[in-house]
Amino acid sequence: MTVELDPTPAFAAFAHPERLVSTEWLAEHLGSPGLVVVESDEDVLLYETGHIEGSVKIDWHTDLNDPVTRDYLDGAGFAKLLGSKGIGRDTTVVIYGDKTNWWAAYALWVFTLFGHEDVRLLDGGRAKWEAEGRAYTTASTPVVPVDYPVVERDDVTERVFKDDVIEHLGSPLIDVRSPEEYVGDRTTAPAYPEEGALRAGHIPTAQNVPWARAVAENGTFKPRAELEAIYLDGAGLKPGDDVIAYCRIGERSSHTWFALSYLLGFENVRNYDGSWTEWGSAVRVPIVKGVEPGVLTGTAAH
Amino acid sequence: MTDITLPLPVALEQIREDFLALEQRDRLQLLLEFSNGLPDLPPRYSDHPDLLERVVECQSPVFLFVEVDAARTVHVFVTAPRESPTTRGFASILVQGLAGLDVDQVLAVPQDYPLEIGLTEAVSPLRIRGMMALLGRIQRQVRERAGAGGNA
Repeated sequence: MTVELDPTPAFAAFAHPERLVSTEWLAEHLGSPGLVVVESDEDVLLYETGHIEGSVKIDWHTDLNDPVTRDYLDGAGFAKLLGSKGIGRDTTVVIYGDKTNWWAAYALWVFTLFGHEDVRLLDGGRAKWEAEGRAYTTASTPVVPVDYPVVERDDVTERVFKDDVIEHLGSPLIDVRSPEEYVGDRTTAPAYPEEGALRAGHIPTAQNVPWARAVAENGTFKPRAELEAIYLDGAGLKPGDDVIAYCRIGERSSHTWFALSYLLGFENVRNYDGSWTEWGSAVRVPIVKGVEPGVLTGTAAH
Repeated sequence: MTDITLPLPVALEQIREDFLALEQRDRLQLLLEFSNGLPDLPPRYSDHPDLLERVVECQSPVFLFVEVDAARTVHVFVTAPRESPTTRGFASILVQGLAGLDVDQVLAVPQDYPLEIGLTEAVSPLRIRGMMALLGRIQRQVRERAGAGGNA
């Protein structure tokens, strides 16, 4: 860790408080050597309208996704991207964004696939920074490019593919989409564009816990006891469970992956980034409609 | 039916050429300029948001209203929040590009115009779909208003 941790008492109860910083902490530490602040938004232009001074922009779609294959950057691409943003392998990275850090958590998850050790989320994201009247600038951030090593992406520890999910059936699944998507009334989030899933519904036995239930009204994560009430008491997860989270393309479930892994301390949580756009179009995978999680039947049962 | 051999209206063609003349990152800056230039709603709509139609395909709350005057000229009004500058930029391109056109000219704009202005790579194909939805809604409202006599 190159930059000191945020000692905010509210974080202390979390399993990995080192993964969060508060807006107060960030305001005090802006410009610290070894710290790079990254903005990652749903809206590709939001950074340009004003951003935290000294921050750099990484866009989920134009930067982190491979332009041809439905996949992320490879090790060489990631090294080139981070080096160009002035991020070295031992840099402390703090990521923040719009929509309650939905896309910031997604970027953080991708950083984790490459094993970037010290990457943290700004609790509350852009909305809290703004609500507190903190400053933005439209000035471009001067960046001194650095060398970032080429690290092979780990697609096993934090990521699953469709076949892994089929193998996993019978173990806990968390569907973090809206109730409308889970039930099968629609294939996209309300007010979002159609992304091409052919069938609607959910993966059998998945519990529906919409991702935003993990955050309080001011956009920060809820206290640990409240998160436990949602995910343990509510969704039935037990300490030590292997959990797979999914949504539509893996972004909202990155947020839940973060909460389960770093706030509640589940050590084997994986994100299914193919998510409903893949599952809902795949041939002969089991699908359940309606409010009940459903049961495994026939060939789907293990 | 639209005639695919028709040239683009002058303003839309100019916008297309302006974007294509730029490097990718500068195209985002131009989109931001459009975003900042989206006209405010006239009071008859800003005071009556219930009159506006929501474009559900866009990723942020977007509302639009189309008028067709006695001369069959189309007037487009769109609003989108400040925290959705990309959507505002899309709306602004269409509001400015369609300004002064008549019903037939608006309906003749190809549905894939948003794919042709060099923004697909800069903002991603998924995001461009929001602009295509917006254009589709505008044309549908034009059809409805023109079909209802054109003197709304």
